[in-house]
Amino acid sequence: MNTQVVLITGGLTGIGWATALAFAANGAQVVVSGRRDGEGQKLVREIRKMGAEAEFVHADVRREEDVRNLIDKTVERYGRLDVAVNAAGTEGVPGPVMEQTAESYSATFDTNVLGTLLSMKHELRVMLPQKNGSIVNISSTYGHTGARGASVYCASKHAVEGLTKSAALEAAGTGVRVNVIAPGPIETAMLDRFTKTEERKAGLASTVPLKRVGKPEEIAQVIVFVSSGEASFITGASYLVDGGKTAQ
Amino acid sequence: MTKLNEKVALVTGGSRGIGAAIAKRLAADGASVAITYAKDTNAASAVVKAIERNGGKALAIQADAADVEAVKGAVEKTVATFGRLDVLVNNAGTAIPKTFEETTLEEMDRVININVRGTLATTQAALKHMKSGGRIISIGSAVGERVQVPGLVAYSATKGAVKIFTQALSRELGSRGITVNNVQPGPIDTELNPATGDWAVPQKAATALDRYGRVEEIAAMVAFVAGPESSYITGSNLTVDGGMNA
Repeated sequence: MNTQVVLITGGLTGIGWATALAFAANGAQVVVSGRRDGEGQKLVREIRKMGAEAEFVHADVRREEDVRNLIDKTVERYGRLDVAVNAAGTEGVPGPVMEQTAESYSATFDTNVLGTLLSMKHELRVMLPQKNGSIVNISSTYGHTGARGASVYCASKHAVEGLTKSAALEAAGTGVRVNVIAPGPIETAMLDRFTKTEERKAGLASTVPLKRVGKPEEIAQVIVFVSSGEASFITGASYLVDGGKTAQ
Repeated sequence: MTKLNEKVALVTGGSRGIGAAIAKRLAADGASVAITYAKDTNAASAVVKAIERNGGKALAIQADAADVEAVKGAVEKTVATFGRLDVLVNNAGTAIPKTFEETTLEEMDRVININVRGTLATTQAALKHMKSGGRIISIGSAVGERVQVPGLVAYSATKGAVKIFTQALSRELGSRGITVNNVQPGPIDTELNPATGDWAVPQKAATALDRYGRVEEIAAMVAFVAGPESSYITGSNLTVDGGMNA
């Protein structure tokens, strides 16, 4: 059993939700955050039913004062921060480059890039003096390749890859490791919004070598591993967890 | 640990270094483990004994990774002994560190035959027995993606080949439910690449963590990929390099 103190941003849907449950199942103390208080309380109840400790802290990762408060509340409550999973992300406004605007760019980059940056900034503020910690960012296969109709999302996820590796180099040797997981198509509400119809989702699944979309739990397990003591030589790494979609 | 109970694994080059650590770890997680070795019978039987002492099942098979018939025989013997094959770890590998121009064609052939030809041949033999849920795990190298030190030209080329082999094969095997992955270690402290000495200095410096990795740190990743929790990972290059390639 582990008694890690784990923070998950964007913990109220899909991958973040599954990750909170996976850490809780291992005995971690979990802080989940997001913008929807009702959902946050629901997740906290679910985790407590499993016999694990959990708190919800309202935070919008686009706002530095929210992020600062989130980290401070976590440390006030549990005394430290061992693992931070920066799962807050948005698909933004998919569409061709010609239809993109400064607003659609901000709608994507503010959460996916600025949110990840601010989260890491404040997580490192706690972890570096601790000389211990694991930060796991969430990118996408679209952080490795291009995609028609998803240029801004792709660009934002490429940015997350670069932020991760740079932060890993800066933190190396301090005891803090920083890595990024790049999921392929995962059964989440975001994927449903992306694909819109069941037919299109099935079409996407057929392009994946494993011939299916992944489950959020299959991402969560990788995050738990990367944050464990077993992963002590892993930093600055980017792991595709995509059923082989990008192996082309 | 019981994650690999009822599973059978074959680890090539399992008598020493990273391979021995992988064999012991997979056994500790519950698998029955066969290892191949080229020459060192004593080292191989020490790995088998260590596994058996801890209540595991193990088998050592003499088979040079460059000898395709021997490799095929090792796969057959594994299946004949343990009844099935679930996890293949293509770990056997070699490096001959010297500058490219000083490397002889014979030395290059040796590196290519073990690191590439051996991996392809072993995998082909193993696939005859592998069913849905099977795992092909190759030990590539961080230098298969990015080379930061001189003296490893042929070796790096073979590890680049292992990377693309992994990606290409994942496309063919996905529909059978078999995953194919490539664990890419950075510098790991072994007999082949010791953490002390002149050769170690630039490698250590190239890692962000400023240290060599331990064989157990690679074995842990291999065990994760071999286990049920990696079910959506295939065609992936999983670097464990202390931040060398970041």
